[in-house]
Amino acid sequence: MRQAAMVWAVILCLAQAGTSALAADSSAQPVIMPLEQALTQITSEDDTVRDTALAAVIQQGDATLLPRLDEIRAGAERPIRLAIKPVMDLIRNRSNLDDPASHVRRSAATDLGTSGRVVAIPWLEAAAAKEDKKWVRYTMQEAAALLKLSLNDQASKLEAIDTLGALSSQNGVPALQEMMTAGRASNSTDAQKELAKRSSAAIERIETWGAWSNAIETIFRGISLSSILLIMSVGLAIVFGLMGVINMAHGELMMVGAYATFLTQELFKSLLPPAMFDYYFAFALPVAFVLAALSGLILEATVIRFLYGRPLETMLATWGVSLVLMQAARVYFGDLTAVVAPGWLSGGQQVMVGVFFPNNRLFIIALSIICVLGIYGLLFRSNLGLRVRAVTQNRNMSACLGIPTRKVDAYTFAFGSGLAGIAGWALTLIGNVEPGLGQNYIVDSFMVVVTGGVGKLAGTIVAALGIGGLNKVLEPSLGAVYGKVCILVLVILFLQWRPSGLFAIKGRHADS
Amino acid sequence: MSESPDLQPRQAREVGLSFWAAGFVLLILMPLLNVLPPEESWLHLSDFSLNRFGKFLAFAILALGLDLIWGYTGILSLGQGVFFGLGAYCMGMHLMLAIGKESVYGSDLPDFMVWNQVKELPIFWKPFYSFPVAVVGAILVPTLFALVFGFLAFRSRIKGVYFAIITQALALVAWLVFNRNETNLGGTNGLTDFKQLLGFRLSEPGTQRALYVLTVLCLGGAYLLCRWIIRSRAGRVLVAVRDSEARVVFSGYTPANYKLFVFIVAAALAGLAGMLYVPQVGIITPAQIGVLPSLEMVIWVAVGGRGTLAGAVLGAVSVNLGRSVLTNYFPELWPFMLGGLFVVVVLLFPDGLIGIGRRLREHTVSRKVPVVIEAERS
Repeated sequence: MRQAAMVWAVILCLAQAGTSALAADSSAQPVIMPLEQALTQITSEDDTVRDTALAAVIQQGDATLLPRLDEIRAGAERPIRLAIKPVMDLIRNRSNLDDPASHVRRSAATDLGTSGRVVAIPWLEAAAAKEDKKWVRYTMQEAAALLKLSLNDQASKLEAIDTLGALSSQNGVPALQEMMTAGRASNSTDAQKELAKRSSAAIERIETWGAWSNAIETIFRGISLSSILLIMSVGLAIVFGLMGVINMAHGELMMVGAYATFLTQELFKSLLPPAMFDYYFAFALPVAFVLAALSGLILEATVIRFLYGRPLETMLATWGVSLVLMQAARVYFGDLTAVVAPGWLSGGQQVMVGVFFPNNRLFIIALSIICVLGIYGLLFRSNLGLRVRAVTQNRNMSACLGIPTRKVDAYTFAFGSGLAGIAGWALTLIGNVEPGLGQNYIVDSFMVVVTGGVGKLAGTIVAALGIGGLNKVLEPSLGAVYGKVCILVLVILFLQWRPSGLFAIKGRHADS
Repeated sequence: MSESPDLQPRQAREVGLSFWAAGFVLLILMPLLNVLPPEESWLHLSDFSLNRFGKFLAFAILALGLDLIWGYTGILSLGQGVFFGLGAYCMGMHLMLAIGKESVYGSDLPDFMVWNQVKELPIFWKPFYSFPVAVVGAILVPTLFALVFGFLAFRSRIKGVYFAIITQALALVAWLVFNRNETNLGGTNGLTDFKQLLGFRLSEPGTQRALYVLTVLCLGGAYLLCRWIIRSRAGRVLVAVRDSEARVVFSGYTPANYKLFVFIVAAALAGLAGMLYVPQVGIITPAQIGVLPSLEMVIWVAVGGRGTLAGAVLGAVSVNLGRSVLTNYFPELWPFMLGGLFVVVVLLFPDGLIGIGRRLREHTVSRKVPVVIEAERS
């Protein structure tokens, strides 16, 4: 608290020192009025008295004053209420500039920047000077520059324009454009022309950066969609490579994973203290994996095992299973159930000016990398992996060498299903948990498998990156639907060139 | 070893007999039962039932095409709904224009265009003022589409699961596109509110009866066409492609051409089915052409018995009849039943209803070892 008081003292000094710059704002006239007197006078009928009182409150008030102001406001007439409200906001934002939580500081700065109150400039500058979080400082500087644009002082205006340009501030563009139009008007003064010239340079700078940051964000969105596709299709692809089976119920196994997450959340909610709630999400991972893997095991034992060597029939039968599972979820859970993302996954990271990466997407990207590494380890560094690869390459010979191929099938199918469960777990972060959850992405992940080629991990990764990235690149110009059309056409054309996918098995197996 | 059952002379005769029997019932008996007995008689077939049956028979035409390509040639197409939809929309556009100023808004333009503030009829709608263009279009548009798509697919030897997935993606994409408003095809609501066809009111039972008879005739024609195809040399090549494509290649044939041919025929039949479906049902929406309906079409053939033409017809009628009855009484249960049907038919009755009938007959008549029809190889 003492620190805060000292900061106030500094700010007040600065405010006093900056009075010449603040001449434009009527509320910023140097006021010598005791706070208590000001508080009694802000309900005055006389406009000038009231304004002076309000200015005094702004100069001297702090957050402790808010309840009293609120009280005064409650008993006042409508015009007075309307006058007090922005003052309260100003005081609140001013004290929020010192809040320990960085997002509170930042949004206070944003609010001040759009408030048009030049009295806030020294506050923002002081706060920026001692701010250690880069993006909060950025917002403070931007807000101060925005406010300075409305000062009646050519030098400060020019400085503010340059600052906004240097900061590549998108928020500054409307004000800068206004200056440009003012400078182009026939009756504009030399000063205005100068401002317009500098503004246009700044806008150009901002727009160049805007294009760059857009491109970066598009790439990020592409990578994030690719990661989702990758987690979904990699289980599908392993099973396809091993058993030649396309599991149409894969989407519903994802749904199992998503509902497992939902159920874990409900359990945590009802059984454990609220402090533990944020941990449910981590706990749901094994639950989702195991439940989906078990479902897969059952599916393999009851349906797929009897259709070995008949991929088209397997497709149809698993599609029947998917219908049943979907309807079961619809009947049991109803249509919409949302999972609350844990606190540590909300929000996001600002990496550059205008480039903002949401945490949940970053998490999914990381998850897909971990999944791929895990699968790589399992396939190439474990005993089961060795057998899986052997059976994938030549089932009969592996059987002759004593590999229990049916067991390998069952385990691999269960593992692939478990991966679907993980995909479902991750999908709860970006959408609702609903019976149709798997259907939204499943055709895309089929396409990934087809484009990637039979059971090649590298092919699946490249295809997922390609299709996901292409989706996001095409979306802004063509729209989501025509983007999809375009991708289908591209996949078909691609298959002209490589009929069995990117990384097809070469040699005699290729055509069997 | 998997010779098509239709090629065996004894069974061929039986099929012929049942063809005429079924033709008599569908073409003569059912319309008569609709017209002659008084309404309270139990023999009376209501207008609704006849109309519903006409819809099923339109589906049966599509099923015949699907059976040609899947049952006989072994190519699983999950995109038949698209060809059905193309045919249906061609006819729907004509019916929409035939309303004239009778529409709700009394405009020359279809109602949905009035909502969407389209001022002028889009150019691709204009030919559909003419009925012959609509009929030819309903068959030609899906055919041409299938020609392009099939050419690209078969030329690069996309087959098996790959082909199924690509066609499924096609169904998804078509569904998405038809749902858009700016394609000027009615968006999600599709085309509806039809009034007349060639001056006949569609709400009249007589018109519907005529449409029913027309559907039966088309079904009969489609059946004969398919039978002719599978009994020809080309048909034998198709079955050979199903059983071992590699050997067909080594024997000097080009399977891609045969596959493309049968894919086109299937698409044309699907377009015909869509064309007959629209005036009988009175609406066509994107919901009819998406992934789910396209997959359901496959189950018709599977339930009836693929690899037999009668099976395709039987399957289309029985599954749709079952659906129409069951969704009436237990709407929540239908997806369970449909899904279960898929699993059970694929696992236990790979030859469908026809196969069950044949096994029963083998058991009761000759007590011989039941015929095991070799499973399709991919």
